[in-house]
Formats: sequence, structure tokens, C-alpha cells
Amino acid sequence: MIIKHESIIIKTIVRVLTPFIQIFALYVIMHGHSSPGGGFQGGVILGASYILLGLSFGMNEVKKRFSERLLMLFTSLGVFIYAGIGFLCLILGANFLDYGILPIAEPRGMGMLGVEIGVGITVMAVMLSIFHNLSAE
Amino acid sequence: MRPFYYILTFITGALLVYGASDMPKWGDPNSPASTHVSPRYIERVLEETEVPNMVTAILADYRGYDTLGETTVIFTAGIACILILRKRKKENNE
Repeated sequence: MIIKHESIIIKTIVRVLTPFIQIFALYVIMHGHSSPGGGFQGGVILGASYILLGLSFGMNEVKKRFSERLLMLFTSLGVFIYAGIGFLCLILGANFLDYGILPIAEPRGMGMLGVEIGVGITVMAVMLSIFHNLSAE
Repeated sequence: MRPFYYILTFITGALLVYGASDMPKWGDPNSPASTHVSPRYIERVLEETEVPNMVTAILADYRGYDTLGETTVIFTAGIACILILRKRKKENNE
């Protein structure tokens, strides 16, 4: 188990840096359909921010925010969102994952955004749970 | 029995190399992918998807099935890691 780091420099820098990394990760996910980025990249950045938190403040601090149960829920939730959008298109009368039928403005862009969010959630949760399990003794 | 597996692996690898040797070269402008698929994407992606990012449009829209499979692979990898690496609390006490 990774425990809390002693150095106050590392802890302060991580405390300052983590929110910015997370905002950047959400930006990368949210702008996946209009600028370079996407669910995989953003999810990895978001997972890395929590891993950084775990390396400096100890894995218990991360466990307080993401319990194992919640991580498993997120891992499944991402795939569920992706497949759910696909089946939503199917129910509305189009092909599987044919976003054009969705009743919103810019249906294809928004469909892609929803799919990217699902991918991001899954990637973040899988990264974190693999690290969590590898670091546990 | 072990040599049999080595031979099987070697034959499979040789078949894959033989199959790959028949493919067009990287970046060959006369390959079917460059003459049919890429121009179609480059010309029509904006009017068909209304998304300025071509890479994501291909990844998430034209090849949505593929990305769904990728996400499922990541999901499966995570589940497998948890199944193999996870330690139960009972084992720690022993």
C-alpha cells in the first residue's frame, strides 16, 4: 500500500496541480468532437490525476473518494453509456450508433460527445482500479 | 507435447508474415485505402457529421462499432486485472 508522502513540497504542488489537471482532462473529453482529444486521452489524464493524488497523499486518500465499489460501478457505467446511446438510436428507428436520429441540436456531434464521455469514464475507472490493485499488498 | 506448440506458433507467425507481405506499402498513394476510403472521408465528413474534427468523426461515428469494441476491451482488461490481482481481506488476516 502506498502511504502518505513526507515532503511538504510534493504535497503542496500536487494539491495545487490536481484541479488543473482534472479541468484539462474534462476539457479534452468535452472538446473531443471539435478539437484534438477524446474519451481515451481525457480518461487517461483524469485517471493520472487521481494516481498522482494517490502517490503523494497515499492510496487511502483516493479510496475515500473512489471506493472499490464505486470504481466498478464507473467501469461498467462507461460501457453502459456507450451501448445505451447505440440502443437509443436503435429504439428511435435508426441503425445501431447512428446518431443522426437523436432529437437534439447537432445530433451527430452530441452523440459523439456522449460516447466520448462513456469512454472517458471507463478508461478513468479502469486506470485507477488497475493502479489500486497493483499497489495493494 | 511442447515442440508441437512451438511449431504451431511458428506456422501461425509465418502465415501472418506471408499475409502481411501482400499488403500495400505504408502511404502508398495507389492503394485502395488512399484512392477510395480516405478521399471519401476527407470530402464528406463535414457535411455528413457536422463535426470539424475528422479523427473523432471517423473514430466515433463511422467506426462506432470499433470504438465500442475498444471500450469493451478496456472494460474486460480492467475486470481481468481485478479478478487476478484483488486481495480479499480474509487472506490478509491469515
